[in-house]
Amino acid sequence: MSEILANSKPADPGDGLAALEARRSTAESFGIPLAVLAELTHRCPLQCPYCSNPVELDRAGSELSTEEWKKVLSELAEIGVLQIHFSGGEPTARKDLVELVRHASDVGLYSNLITSAVLLTREKLSALADAGLCHVQISFQGNEPSVADRVAGLKQSHQKKLEAARWTREVDLPLTVNAVMHRQNLHQLSDIIQMAVDLDADRLEVANVQYYGWALKNRAALMPTLAQIEETSRIVEEAQTRLKGILAIDYVVPDYYALRPKKCMGGWGRQFFNISPAGKVLPCHAAESITGLQFESVRSNHSIAWIWQNSEAFNRYRGTAWMPEPCKSCEFREIDFGGCRCQAFALTGDAGNTDPACTLSPKHEEIFRQAECEAAADNNRFVYRNFAGGTLETGGGDGA
Amino acid sequence: MAGPRNISVSETSRPVLPRHAKLKFDETRQVWVILAPERVLAPDEIAVEVLKLCDGVRSVGAMIDELAAKYAAPREAIATDVVAMLQDLADKGFLTQAREKTS
Repeated sequence: MSEILANSKPADPGDGLAALEARRSTAESFGIPLAVLAELTHRCPLQCPYCSNPVELDRAGSELSTEEWKKVLSELAEIGVLQIHFSGGEPTARKDLVELVRHASDVGLYSNLITSAVLLTREKLSALADAGLCHVQISFQGNEPSVADRVAGLKQSHQKKLEAARWTREVDLPLTVNAVMHRQNLHQLSDIIQMAVDLDADRLEVANVQYYGWALKNRAALMPTLAQIEETSRIVEEAQTRLKGILAIDYVVPDYYALRPKKCMGGWGRQFFNISPAGKVLPCHAAESITGLQFESVRSNHSIAWIWQNSEAFNRYRGTAWMPEPCKSCEFREIDFGGCRCQAFALTGDAGNTDPACTLSPKHEEIFRQAECEAAADNNRFVYRNFAGGTLETGGGDGA
Repeated sequence: MAGPRNISVSETSRPVLPRHAKLKFDETRQVWVILAPERVLAPDEIAVEVLKLCDGVRSVGAMIDELAAKYAAPREAIATDVVAMLQDLADKGFLTQAREKTS
């Protein structure tokens, strides 16, 4: 037995664990994803200027019903999905959230709630825990109200988030703090890290804004300076070392300042899909921003597995056959899959182009220089996210 | 507050998977998995066998006894390997200590 134990240890010393992702991608290409994002609604009490929802939001009337979501959850579990992330908009704006979480538990899905937390009460959190919720992720816009409430476009929101984070731990649910970072809050990063420790979070996501949809509209107000990014990386690295075993920190760099584009969604149609409030099955939450692609719905007569395997939208940018130069002959084509389709579309007008975040893109230099100029110009006025297509912040844009 | 997160595994520990980590058999892929936020891990067969015994009630010592009996192997060798494996899992955040029921 002791030999079996010793021999069974993988290269990474002795924990007996391997990431399933690697195993799966070689075993069955385009197998059903392990995790799916369920955007229950686009309704949200916050108006963050970098919201990842499309600019064209789904109205309440088009949302899937409780029964439709339950059917979707059952089907996902049946085809091999293991984790469900309940997101939005604000998922707690759905009155049936507890029922949906319970159903996810009943069919064996690991459930995660991605929330702004401002609508949560202690009773609601307790009910969600009883329904089998496995994990809570709360977004923060800063470490104190003057910045955080302004970014969120909602008074008292920071205070409510702190309260909800404490209740989350009181009902013994594990907590991830998600901090979306940009030029106007990066100076608070050290304090945000300490806030996550004080809130007894297990994980902190330091996620720099990714610039499509609402965030692209607000790029001039959000784009960090190069000096800020360098400082951020230094702070994160120092904290990762210091807080080992206390707080795990995941760090997402802004791809405008990277040399290589990100492997967006693990590659189009390879590891991930999400379901929009109205039931569209999408390769990523921003995919509807790409015009000219038809996305199938769970309300169609196709199964979710069929849509994943066979629909035109998923197959359009799968693999490498669709690639133009410079991707086509690039040695990194199987590593980053040409970057992000939504970003390529937003910045070049063609989702089939190389993501301009890549230094090999002919557009890279122009776009990077533009972003640098925007960051230096320091125009801080937000366009707030709402169903009316956005509202310009009143006043000078410094919260005054 | 962050107390139970860094456990030190000994024969008297009664480890259990934390609430955010779930051990489950994945019928589709025919493999045991640990589900955690943003991660799915595939423990090897031995790790699975040990993890199944981590119920927060059994002590590590009792687990070692069971495994030594099952595999008719010297207890000492099993003990070293099991404690090391559990400590690694604990360091990665996949094991915690069962809460004391009294005081």
